[in-house]
Amino acid sequence: MTGGSLERSAGTRTTDENGFPLIFELSRPGRRAWSLPEVKVDAPELDELIPKRFRRAHPPVLPEISERDLVRHYTRLSQRNWAIDVGAYPLGSCSMKYNPKVAEEAAALPGFASLHPMADDSLVQGALELLGTLQEALCEATGMSAITLQPAAGAQGELTGLLIMRAYHEANGDARKRVVIPDSAHGTNPASVSLAGYQAVEVRSDERGLVDVDALLEVLDEDVAGLMLTNPNTLGLFERDIERIAAAVHSIGGLLYYDGANFNSIVGVVRPGDMGFDIVHLNLHKTFATPHGGGGPGSGPLAVTERLARFLPAPVLAFDDGAETWSWDHDRPDSIGRIHSFHGNFGINVRAYAYLRSLGPEGLRRVAERAVLNANYLRELVSDSFPTKYPGTCMHEFVATAKPLKQHGIRAMDVAKRLIDLGYHPPTVYFPLVVEEALMVEPTETESKETIDGLADALNRIAVEAIEDPDLLHDAPVTTPVRRPDEARAARQLMVRWPAS
Amino acid sequence: MLETIGLERIEDLFEPIAESLRLDRALDVPVALDEVELLDHVGALSRRSRSAGELVCFAGGGSYDHHLPPVVKALAGRAEFATSYTPYQPELSQGVLQAVYEFQTLVCELYGMEVANASLYDGANALVEAVTLSMRSTKRAKVLVGATVHPSYLAVLKTYTSGLDLAIEMVGAGDDGVVDWSEVDAGGAAAVVCGYPNFFGRIEDLGAASEVAHAAGALSVAVTDPTAMGVLASPGDLGADVAVGEGQGLGNPMSYGGPYVGLFATKLEFVRQVPGRIAGETVDADGRRAYVLTLQAREQHIRRAKATSNVCTNQTLMAIFAAVYLGWLGPEGLARLGQICVRRSAFAARRLSEVPGCEVAFAGPHFKEFVLRTPTEGAALARALAERGYLVGPGLGRWFPEHANSLLVAVTERRTEEDITGLAEAIEKELAG
Repeated sequence: MTGGSLERSAGTRTTDENGFPLIFELSRPGRRAWSLPEVKVDAPELDELIPKRFRRAHPPVLPEISERDLVRHYTRLSQRNWAIDVGAYPLGSCSMKYNPKVAEEAAALPGFASLHPMADDSLVQGALELLGTLQEALCEATGMSAITLQPAAGAQGELTGLLIMRAYHEANGDARKRVVIPDSAHGTNPASVSLAGYQAVEVRSDERGLVDVDALLEVLDEDVAGLMLTNPNTLGLFERDIERIAAAVHSIGGLLYYDGANFNSIVGVVRPGDMGFDIVHLNLHKTFATPHGGGGPGSGPLAVTERLARFLPAPVLAFDDGAETWSWDHDRPDSIGRIHSFHGNFGINVRAYAYLRSLGPEGLRRVAERAVLNANYLRELVSDSFPTKYPGTCMHEFVATAKPLKQHGIRAMDVAKRLIDLGYHPPTVYFPLVVEEALMVEPTETESKETIDGLADALNRIAVEAIEDPDLLHDAPVTTPVRRPDEARAARQLMVRWPAS
Repeated sequence: MLETIGLERIEDLFEPIAESLRLDRALDVPVALDEVELLDHVGALSRRSRSAGELVCFAGGGSYDHHLPPVVKALAGRAEFATSYTPYQPELSQGVLQAVYEFQTLVCELYGMEVANASLYDGANALVEAVTLSMRSTKRAKVLVGATVHPSYLAVLKTYTSGLDLAIEMVGAGDDGVVDWSEVDAGGAAAVVCGYPNFFGRIEDLGAASEVAHAAGALSVAVTDPTAMGVLASPGDLGADVAVGEGQGLGNPMSYGGPYVGLFATKLEFVRQVPGRIAGETVDADGRRAYVLTLQAREQHIRRAKATSNVCTNQTLMAIFAAVYLGWLGPEGLARLGQICVRRSAFAARRLSEVPGCEVAFAGPHFKEFVLRTPTEGAALARALAERGYLVGPGLGRWFPEHANSLLVAVTERRTEEDITGLAEAIEKELAG
């Protein structure tokens, strides 16, 4: 059993020094795809309406191309790309699970896709009801009381949560200075902490791969606004001491922030609110299976406990029991303010809603069960070749190490590149930083046993090849349109746009 | 599979979680629907809103009912783009990486800039990043913002920077709905922010704003509608150092406000201060042209607390929609689009001014929308017009109490003379009411 393979259409594997053409190189003067009406109204000419100093002197260099060539260009480009719909994508921490097509159909309905964001609330009741039901379900799943769907991604949810943390402390008379994060945290955590005007303090992991509680206790004082924690953490391990940690943070008046990057492993099993968290963000593009779009869009709802609800970004969704109508409540004097132009990534929230409704309560729990089962199963199958540093069951992902292969001159990146030739997208490599030669593997709940067996076979085979035929790994990949692009050159000889002239 | 792991029950997998913490019940969320039931259900919800397909849409204020060429969704919506992750493995991601590189080039061309990123969440967030770039580049902590910048963008800027030491000073507009930049002193400012066109659809004197900024050592930041770039001088032409904007109008549906795409472009001298991902060209091991994410040392996953921004997930797919749309449009299509917007909105402004009691609030050049002053409250009139089949607004009262009797009217290439005449008649009937 192998995974998919990248389709290579004619001409993509070229020895032409220019390689695959850019759309600009396909441009020919006078060709067009566009079809737009004439102006057709009795209005003055452009020159009479717009003063010359505001008029464009030289048109932008956009491609001039027929619709047929436009279609071929982007179709071929798409074929130069891996995707969940092509094959397995076990990127650790990214939760690349299958994205159901029915959710696409839902989001494209005119009563969602063709709504103007500033239409009066009375005109968008169906959309608001959908958001209201989604909010309620997400609050229930996280054990929180109130939520905003404005954040467009996890990092924006983080900032929103940290600004709420700040607002809470300021309301108590002191904003405080520092936020604690574990050394295994995602880079967005410390970056968000800085943006919120706090100083990030790292706390180390112990030999179990968990937060070192003694080290945490040492850094906790009354200048600490809170702790940001991903649980399970980025090593795929559940923070067993979470109750002690929560009590310690609360004892100094701090707040506990839950980074929901790995929520898919516990949904329906345990709730952040029950663990003691005060603020929770979710990544709907992970747990709720919305397509990741080559890097976005996502959606990063932010949920809080009752006492923090007044600080949520305005406006918040309100339901009038008497009139049975939904509306946006803009009158929120304690709100941290708006964080998105409109209502967040609504189209993504519609997809998440469709996913939620197709699963129901039992289905949601099954997501966690199968994600954790698949990860532990795969870890077991490859444990001889790629051991994990920490014992015990992992959650939805595990961090293995390619360190044993280093003596043969093989690095984690070589393993990753060889895996491509065997038909799989590689795991996340070199993260988290606390594991040497890290391979962070997340099979997700939507891959079949056959696929996981195939992936395990491929990884085990690579471990053998690393010793018997290491050049096979050094030369990999050989099946892709390009091989090992020179990243140092990209940064040194910077080319970040096609030079028009 | 459990046997391989050496466990007996699924429940054993959750051993690390204290039993006292675990849920002893099912989540209280709606029951599962099969696909038939689900489509019926969301279909019914969809029909409970009144979409731009049902109402004739003249609504503006940062989201517009532009034509969505079918070819754009057919291509950008391909699952190979939609269901892929961030292009961390370039060999498997040349499709997305090259599409982003092309997108960056297109944004640079529209805005007259030298470097663009792979997208930000939306127009408001792009403005925030332009301001924080200016703060880092000038080591200053004050920003001057024209009062005609989109009020929600201003609100987002205030929220985002509330934890930073930044003073936001507003520069008021005159009776003509634009800022008189020639009188402004930008001393001590990191940036001067100008809407071009502004929230009222007026074409601001961005060139003057840039002069004021540069005289004080500040950066000139333009918030610019990309659909205007076929007829209006680019921000780069008018001296802007950073150009940002909302890319929804470039082939993305209105979708009740998102997912949209924040455009961000600047000059090469600021490239190391740019937020978020940038695709760059290089060569592969065999000397073939290839694309990678570059200058990643700016970003959160490398630089952590000292990153230029916390942005990670962006709006790449919407950027690809925009790139395909601009390929469809080409330079001539973009010019035609701009001409239609300017001339049909001028026609609409004149026609609606003929309605007794109505007038265009701000005289002077507009791009595709204008403020209509009416005898009644703008938001209430917008609600009433929906009953008559027209979507207009928003009314301005929420942000500008002095303009409560006003609303925005936007005219895209989708609005015909018949639509405009129909709206005028509907307003007339409503006011005669």
